[in-house]
Amino acid sequence: MARQASSAGGAQNRTSVERKGDRELVVTRTFNAPPSTVYGAWSQPELFQRWWMPKSVSGVSLVSCDMDVRTGGKYRLEFSAGGSDTIAFYGKYLEVVPDERIVWTNDEGEEGAVTTVTFEDLGGKTLLKFHEVYPSKEALEEALQGSAAALPEQLEQLDELLSSAGE
Amino acid sequence: MVQYGNPPLDLSFAALSDATRRGIIDELGRGDASITSLADKFQMTLTGLKKHVQVLERAGFVVTQKVGRVRTCKLGKRGLKAEAEWIEAHRKLFEARFEALDEIISEMKQEASDGQAS
Repeated sequence: MARQASSAGGAQNRTSVERKGDRELVVTRTFNAPPSTVYGAWSQPELFQRWWMPKSVSGVSLVSCDMDVRTGGKYRLEFSAGGSDTIAFYGKYLEVVPDERIVWTNDEGEEGAVTTVTFEDLGGKTLLKFHEVYPSKEALEEALQGSAAALPEQLEQLDELLSSAGE
Repeated sequence: MVQYGNPPLDLSFAALSDATRRGIIDELGRGDASITSLADKFQMTLTGLKKHVQVLERAGFVVTQKVGRVRTCKLGKRGLKAEAEWIEAHRKLFEARFEALDEIISEMKQEASDGQAS
């Protein structure tokens, strides 16, 4: 196994985020493990909750994580921003093909996106694609305005973390 | 990356060549406005004003959004800024997520090879 220095992130696997067309957000990233491993980290709640809302986005932690990862199954994630209030994100899995793809709805909002994540085998590595497709251009614009307004604080914390983690 | 609102220069010049359209941009600089309120302000028919807004929209100066029966206009630049921020926010969130995921994946690989060894 090729050993790497402790800075696990490294620079070789870049995360790309792109808006495609009017209704779609696409995130891609390569992982140094086969699809079965990456899929495992995505589909097992006890693993998923360790990375989905990284400590770095401090103040926001995942307090509960129920996931029934199979076609027709449901999920519910509850986040806490520190106080006693929690924010829930929930929906159902429209399609689950182990080691290949997971498709789920985001039902907490009126016009939630449908999210598809695919795990493509690159011979021992995995190309992960995360798509969010909104029901309309307007819904994406709204998410865009809303999250841009809501995120600055998190962003600042992230900035601090990323710059301190950089070296 | 953000291939959005990057119209040819001549479209921009054509859009800005008209005094009413420059006025609309000024007005939207003070705040978003509906087609109806803009038509009132510039003392134009709805149809006439819509045409101007369409020209501005094509050139990327203005974006419009219909909510219920009201179409609201806002400056395109602001939309672009929000979009850029949104993309950047997502990128940072996902980068942090995926770095954490990398660690879990290497743990999983380690466990798998430990399992095989024993």
